[in-house]
Amino acid sequence: MSRKVVVTGLGAITPIGENVQETWKSALQGVSGVRALEQDWVRTYDLPVRIGALSPQPAEDVVSRVQAKRLDPSGQLSVAAAREAWTDAGFSGRDADTSDEVDPTRLGVAFGTGIGGVWTLLDAWDTMREKGPRRVKPMTVPMLMPNGNASSVSMEFKARACAITPVSACASGTEAFYQGLHLIRSGKADVVIVGGAESAIHPITIAAFNSMQALSRRNDEPERASRPFDVDRDGFVMGEGAGAVILESEEHARARGARVYAELAGAGLSADAHHITAPATGDEGGPARALREAMESGDIAPEDIKHVNAHATSTPVGDVPEAGALRAAFGDAVDQMAVSATKSMTGHLLGGSGAVEGVLAVLALTERTAPCTINLENQDPRIDLDVVTTARDLPSGDMVAISNSFGFGGHNSVAAFRSV
Amino acid sequence: MASKEEILAGLAEIVNEETGLETDAVQLDKSFTEDLDIDSISMMTIVVNAEEKFDVTIPDEEVKNLKTVEDAVNFIDNAQA
Repeated sequence: MSRKVVVTGLGAITPIGENVQETWKSALQGVSGVRALEQDWVRTYDLPVRIGALSPQPAEDVVSRVQAKRLDPSGQLSVAAAREAWTDAGFSGRDADTSDEVDPTRLGVAFGTGIGGVWTLLDAWDTMREKGPRRVKPMTVPMLMPNGNASSVSMEFKARACAITPVSACASGTEAFYQGLHLIRSGKADVVIVGGAESAIHPITIAAFNSMQALSRRNDEPERASRPFDVDRDGFVMGEGAGAVILESEEHARARGARVYAELAGAGLSADAHHITAPATGDEGGPARALREAMESGDIAPEDIKHVNAHATSTPVGDVPEAGALRAAFGDAVDQMAVSATKSMTGHLLGGSGAVEGVLAVLALTERTAPCTINLENQDPRIDLDVVTTARDLPSGDMVAISNSFGFGGHNSVAAFRSV
Repeated sequence: MASKEEILAGLAEIVNEETGLETDAVQLDKSFTEDLDIDSISMMTIVVNAEEKFDVTIPDEEVKNLKTVEDAVNFIDNAQA
């Protein structure tokens, strides 16, 4: 019998809230975090995409001025979200060294990112060209490396079991749950800080995603641009932010009297080996296989699942296969699932999205409410799902909520949470 | 040309910006590593910022000789001349 893994702390800093409470409130009210981008570079380069979902800055008492100079913006968001989750989990000290309840060598980190320190790298290139190599900051490499966020969280909380970095594009944040689950089940760690972060709204990334026709160009109506499952969707909206969750063995959580939000009952992971960007479809496609692994690893029946936080990015090609994968994996039970596409509000946080959506899926269970999917005016007829447009009550009793993420490269990850 | 007092004050500001240490803590007799707990990465940042501020060049091989704040003030003072 493998160890049960539970959720004991939540953290988020997103385009729709400075913390978990604000993000959840916005997600119930249907608040959009998408805005017109006002930065000079939007005009300088005459970018065809001029919208994005920016995150608030972490408060200085969470990430100090000096610390901020040594962290990429994505690292600052990582530390902020992890700090909220740590505090929420009720540990007595600021870190594992000062908290009696957790052994630092039994505390792990699995913190994902899609790209890593893209701002740091590109700022360094600008500095190099303008001022020469001498002016390139000595902290450039530690700040740009993709494992920087996991490392920063590990140092912040004195997590010494391990600090791993799932890097699977937009699936990274959900893959962190998978890794955290297995770190605890295998006995490697008792507590794992899992999460994901991204801060990559830069003219280069906008230009690059735009070149592949991935982004919405609904520049005149920013708040209506991210519209998963709608017939008029024309691409995703780049967002930034971070989510973090404290996972803990049930035994460990009970021993310290922690509040338990939910059980991380199962998780799934798969690779398509199909196409670099187009998702695999059908019964044996990667998304359907990841969904089935999540069920099997959590002893979950399709009928148990009442809520899905969908990947649903609002791209013309991406949203339809997800609906097909859900039906392939769950059969007609999918008709009883309330499906929410919260990227309609947050935009797409890339490597941070799965972490934030995991937080929202847990809250959907505890609050028994499925959050909104805004901008769904005409549902694509190929998407045969019960999509929640305005926040809706979920049934009482035992249930499972899942969160899906599918990334460029054919990476698929699923996290399945069971009510406690 | 900055006076030695101005160099010390300027260095203290750079150290504060990089490490958060109070400017008052940056005294001539303090060792960067032993007293101010400045690691090699921060030291390089401080050196590069000092080069920019005082318009001098501090060669990499010289940095290891700048053990105390006074060493740095004297080096910058001489380099300006």
